[in-house]
Amino acid sequence: MSVEAHEVIPIPTPREESIPEAARRKLSSPWASGLVVLITILWTIPTFGLLITSIRPPADATSSGWWTFFTNPSVTMSNYSEVLTGGTTIPGGITPYFFNSFAIAIPAAIFPVVIACMAAYALAWIPFKFSTAIFFTIFALQVIPLQMSLLPLLQMFNKGWSLGPIPIFPDLNKPGSAQSLFQGTYVPLWVAHTMFALPRAVFRLHNLMDSLTRELMEAARVDGESHFIIFRKLVLPLALPAIASFAIFQFLWVWNDLLVALTFAGGTPDVAPITQYLASIKGSYGSQLQLVTAGAFIAIIVPLIVFFSLQRFFVRGLLAGSVKG
Amino acid sequence: MNELVDGLEKVGTALAAVAIVLGILLIVFFLAARAKGKAQGFLAGVVFLGPAVVLLLYGLIVPAVRTTAGSFQNAEGTKFVGLANYGWIFTAPGNSTFLINTVLWIVIAPVLSTALGLTLALLLDRMRRESISKSLIFMPMAISFVGAGIIWGLVYEYRDPSQPQVGLLSQVVMWLGVSDPPNWLLWQPFNNLFLMVIMIWIQTGFAMVVLSAAIKAISSDVVEAAELDGATGWRLFSRVTIPMIRGTLIVVLTTIIIAVLKVFDIVRTMTNGNFGTQVVANEMYAQAFVQFDVGRGSALAVVLFLAVVPLIIYNVVQLRKERSVR
Repeated sequence: MSVEAHEVIPIPTPREESIPEAARRKLSSPWASGLVVLITILWTIPTFGLLITSIRPPADATSSGWWTFFTNPSVTMSNYSEVLTGGTTIPGGITPYFFNSFAIAIPAAIFPVVIACMAAYALAWIPFKFSTAIFFTIFALQVIPLQMSLLPLLQMFNKGWSLGPIPIFPDLNKPGSAQSLFQGTYVPLWVAHTMFALPRAVFRLHNLMDSLTRELMEAARVDGESHFIIFRKLVLPLALPAIASFAIFQFLWVWNDLLVALTFAGGTPDVAPITQYLASIKGSYGSQLQLVTAGAFIAIIVPLIVFFSLQRFFVRGLLAGSVKG
Repeated sequence: MNELVDGLEKVGTALAAVAIVLGILLIVFFLAARAKGKAQGFLAGVVFLGPAVVLLLYGLIVPAVRTTAGSFQNAEGTKFVGLANYGWIFTAPGNSTFLINTVLWIVIAPVLSTALGLTLALLLDRMRRESISKSLIFMPMAISFVGAGIIWGLVYEYRDPSQPQVGLLSQVVMWLGVSDPPNWLLWQPFNNLFLMVIMIWIQTGFAMVVLSAAIKAISSDVVEAAELDGATGWRLFSRVTIPMIRGTLIVVLTTIIIAVLKVFDIVRTMTNGNFGTQVVANEMYAQAFVQFDVGRGSALAVVLFLAVVPLIIYNVVQLRKERSVR
């Protein structure tokens, strides 16, 4: 009997002793540990250099390597205060963009998860024609690269869309004014991120919904509960860990996104996220290493905190998507 | 201080939006639950599936169709030009740069990330204390491409060899005895490789974590049986471990290839596609949103799409197989 590994992959915590203890001891050699430590150091050094550079005075940071910090330590917080609020070199601070990123990423993490959860439930437990076809269509939609939707979606937001004389999507511009209803708000970003996340989210949550036992669901159905009650009182609580892990994953994805932001946010401090600000100061003030690195550190600290504190959830989200669970 | 208040207000607005949307859903649920009998099943289908279907229709399906149509039109989208845009992509002088680069990216970066991730997963499986190394190698996954670009910009920073070095790579190379290190990001064609290193830095952790889970899932019975038969070291690895995690390996590889195909942020922040580092995804952005050539931009998007399709079809076939087994 052959067991395909990807059919049985569990969540890796708590650790399973897969290889027998004796074999493990025999195999664990100092060079293996040494190699892992070496790669770990290699992987960490670049980020460490960023952190060091961001706390060095401008003259030091731009004229000597960050590793000289250890022979010639001098620390300043002025780079951070300049990046946060703006100063002599960079006129506008990062603060508004920092909050924009939260305002974009929190809803853009919650909306797709909720909508996908509903869809996944329907596809798994409400019997109707074509449900398998719809599932595979949604799954296949993961292929469509963001790039393919950007232009038409932008046009749709700005000018509406009609098929011949039939308006399919209303023109949201008020007649006579060029001001779009959505312009200068987070709405296009939320909607766009939600749309782009759905195929992935539906696929992942569908796997989970599928795994709820038939007995449980049928018992609930026999009791005459409606789908709405079952979904809210039974399925949602059971699915919560998976929902949380996908939401965390999606939050990081949106926080780190640049392409959607460049297309839909317009670059103003009103709505543009922190990645867009970073890309722009990297372009304009790239030589001011201490400022760019301070900005970058402010931008990556949030995902890093989320990542290290919720790593378990994050790994689950990752495995649920790429490995059939 | 004012900025802080403004910022919190923005986040508050966003949270209010979430509350409103969830509230509307709850009300719809409440109303729809009052329907009885057959109508209820139908209503449930519509309410549960409707939002996703509408969003996917407007967000992906219709735009994809329109982009495809746009790729056969001129720059302003007013005239049908047949295959001219595709002809331009594959024959215009200079375009071979981004085509070749993209092929190099999808061959080199995924293979190296997966190989390195697999090596690490195997090594970690033999270690008792693995969590710190694992977390640190996995960490770049949480960092944006823009952030990663700045982190690695610092590594590749160029200074004249007579000056004190700021870039780590140049300094290390000089310590090793090279007196005149190149300006890494301008050094064609190797600068492409230096950009790929950033992608590998990010994706290796992903490959490692997923493959490590797959290796742990191999049942100890199988390993013990193989060991009784005398399989050790390389043979155990190539005859037992690899075949057992084959499916996961393929998923990891295809996932990274798809990510690489769409790579945009790294190239944009590091070189903006200059110095012979352009790739299809960034060229698409440049054509569509900088040159405002909708036709060419759309055609490039379609090319990206066509490149991803075989990978996903392969995945769908795999998935179907698994479903029919169950």
